[in-house]
Amino acid sequence: MKEETVICVFEQYQKARTQFVQTIAELATRPQNIETLQNAGVMSLLRPLLLDVVPTIQQTAALALGRLANYNDDLAEAVVKGDILPQLVYSLAEQNRFKQLLLGAQLRAVWAQHLPSSCQTGQMGLRISPGLVCLASYPFGLSDHSMVNLSYVSYHAFKLSQAVVDAGAVPLLVLCVQEPEVALKRIAASALSDISKHSPELAQTVVDAGAIAHLAQMILNPDAKLKRQVFSALSQISKHSVDLAEMVVEAEIFPAVLTCLKDPDEYVKKNVATLMREIAKHTPELSQLIVNAGGVAAAIDYIGDCLGSVRLPGIMMLGYVAAHSENLAMAVIVSKGVPQLAICLTEEPEDHIKAATAWAFGQIGRHTPEHARAVAVANVLPKLLSLYMETDSSEDLQVKAKKALKSILQKCTHLPALEPLLHDASPNILKHVVGQFSKVLPHDSKARRLFVTSGGLKKIQEIKAEPGSALQEYINSINNCYPEEIVRYYSPGYSETLLERVENYQPVM
Amino acid sequence: MAKLLKLERRIEGLKEEYFNRHRIAEENRGKENSAAVQIQSWFRGCRVRAYLRHLNRKATIIQKIWRGYTARMLYRQMIKTAYFIMKMNFYNEMAVKIQKRWRGYYIRKYVHNYYARKKYFKGLTEMNETVRKELAEFAEIKRMERERMALEKEEKKKCYEAQRMHYLLSTHQCPGVFNSPYRPFPDEMELKLQMELKPQSMRPLSLKTSFHRKETSKGLVNMNVPGSPLTLTMAQPLPPIPKKKPQGPFRDPAEVLQQRFKPLEPTLRVATSITSVEEARKELRQEEWRNRLNDEPFRPFANAHKNKKYEEMINTLSRFEQITFDTKHQENQEKLKEKKPFKTVFTTVHVFDKFGRMYSNAGKIV
Repeated sequence: MKEETVICVFEQYQKARTQFVQTIAELATRPQNIETLQNAGVMSLLRPLLLDVVPTIQQTAALALGRLANYNDDLAEAVVKGDILPQLVYSLAEQNRFKQLLLGAQLRAVWAQHLPSSCQTGQMGLRISPGLVCLASYPFGLSDHSMVNLSYVSYHAFKLSQAVVDAGAVPLLVLCVQEPEVALKRIAASALSDISKHSPELAQTVVDAGAIAHLAQMILNPDAKLKRQVFSALSQISKHSVDLAEMVVEAEIFPAVLTCLKDPDEYVKKNVATLMREIAKHTPELSQLIVNAGGVAAAIDYIGDCLGSVRLPGIMMLGYVAAHSENLAMAVIVSKGVPQLAICLTEEPEDHIKAATAWAFGQIGRHTPEHARAVAVANVLPKLLSLYMETDSSEDLQVKAKKALKSILQKCTHLPALEPLLHDASPNILKHVVGQFSKVLPHDSKARRLFVTSGGLKKIQEIKAEPGSALQEYINSINNCYPEEIVRYYSPGYSETLLERVENYQPVM
Repeated sequence: MAKLLKLERRIEGLKEEYFNRHRIAEENRGKENSAAVQIQSWFRGCRVRAYLRHLNRKATIIQKIWRGYTARMLYRQMIKTAYFIMKMNFYNEMAVKIQKRWRGYYIRKYVHNYYARKKYFKGLTEMNETVRKELAEFAEIKRMERERMALEKEEKKKCYEAQRMHYLLSTHQCPGVFNSPYRPFPDEMELKLQMELKPQSMRPLSLKTSFHRKETSKGLVNMNVPGSPLTLTMAQPLPPIPKKKPQGPFRDPAEVLQQRFKPLEPTLRVATSITSVEEARKELRQEEWRNRLNDEPFRPFANAHKNKKYEEMINTLSRFEQITFDTKHQENQEKLKEKKPFKTVFTTVHVFDKFGRMYSNAGKIV
């Protein structure tokens, strides 16, 4: 009799706990309840229930926590700060699969929401990753969640992804990439990308696990989201060093990748362009390879097709390719890259894209007069000048525009394009413009004639240069190309001197 | 004596004169002495001066010769260096000329070959054109595919809707919503509803026709199921094979399936062509014909005189010419031609071919 009463008490207690946890979990599904729950201190109540003797209660508590954490940053932070994560992680290994699945989902929610900055989180990541790696070896469903977790873990910091790699996750991820399920592939690819983005060593580990070949196989996969991740992973791998980029190129991705520049998905395009940029930026040979594969033409088409920040990697890729050698820059020009970039320069509203375009122009035009001429003919110089002179353009844009102008002007011998700059350039740009005139005019009689008739000489006479400066020297050398009368005729105040002479003239009777 | 006397008388004068003379001599001696000294000094001076002059002259000569010699040496040296410098300048100039030509040639040929560059850029533009065209085509194909997919999806959705709205189908008595009597044609939906409500047996046929149409229109889709065997089975339909073994004296469905879809296993006799021997011979003959040796023996050009063929004399009967190889049996060959060739093909033993593979037990007894 007595025994029964004792048991009855326990049963009652267990029932009450179960009911409590279930109600909380249900309440947590509605966003309007969450604030009340939080204010009632639900976190501290749920925490001991995570370590309950009864598995159902544990599980439901975890579920409730997951729902809460999914709701907003503050609660996720509270979950992290409340030392709940370690308990979850410790219970990960022992529980059965269903519960692991749940816990995985919950962890995913937490990782997705919380801020990566706290050092506690860092340590958490270090502790969690081995557990996650164990999970990754399970079949689909479970490994799905743990992959996502791994991906989040490695997303945040170098140390964490190092921990993930040390736990031996990379071969498992590579295995997952080969699985038939698209979702799993996608997540594994994203995790690989997150791991390899931090350092060359990590990327090397990923490459050593043979990831590139499997990733390269998926380039022509019809699934757009998978393609995004694949290209992001490839670009993250190839961004670190020449060797890695060469490894990526050796997977014979090249003509195939270009077709993805025509993909309907914006991010696929962007990631492909990023991949090309990362490969092209390393060496002239790699750029040459891209050029020979027709990559530049494809990239230029792609720049024409899309808008906004999706264009940015393409523009930068053109800049990198052109920066390597004059042949490559010529290849960009021959592929009709300059008009397309000029359109970008006028169309794009955002400063950083304009800055990138200006930089690319600088890289294209700085090699030889031929290059500079190609850029100048596209009527880019006045635009660059206006970007440089505008007060509301950002500092970076101004610097980039100035550098580009300077490097193009120093090579430019196409005088008709330089003429307009004479009239509205600031002194530090004007110096280069006048310098170019002073170099060309002594050797070209037609240009001298044209220079006078178009009013350039007059403008030159109006410039006030400090004696002894480079500008003054240039002006002098221009003046030396002309007869003295003409120079005097065009210098300001000549009419007054003429009139004075009229006054002083004694008429002959 | 007189002379003596004369002398004695004169002695006194002589003495006096002697004394006088002594006195004069004594008086003049200092003067004379100093004059002598002066003369001597002059003379000696002259002599020393002459000697010194002589020495000077010799020294000058020596110096003159030495200086001339050293100057000449110096001059020669200078000439040498000047000549050397001139030579070096000349050589350098020539070297520059050679280097200039060579560099120009090398750069133009290998480093900055204008024509190669031009060709490269031309090729590049062509490449770009092709890439652009191909990409555009690819994008177009993709777009078409997407559109087709969307259309198919739409179609499916409509079919599903039609299935759901089967009750709106017009009947013989009363036209449905989609079959307005005021319009010349019924609505598209009406036709769909009719399609959906057709009996089950009709549907696969329509599906089949649509399938075929799609195949012809698309041209890209290659179905891995080949069309011809399908139509064959359609022409002579075999009874379906039940999943479970039916009650009664029937075989296991797996066995039946195996029998129905077993591959063709012809015997060796059936598999070989009836004219295979003849074909093989013909082949062999052709091979021989193709690879036969030249009848004309090879004669090198060097010793052409040795290769002269023996010319028979007109009047002799004997033939000393050698008979060429393999022509001895020419006559026999003609005799052999009439003979029938020996058949070398054996018939196979059928018992072992079919053993254990026959469907019926009765068939196992050959």
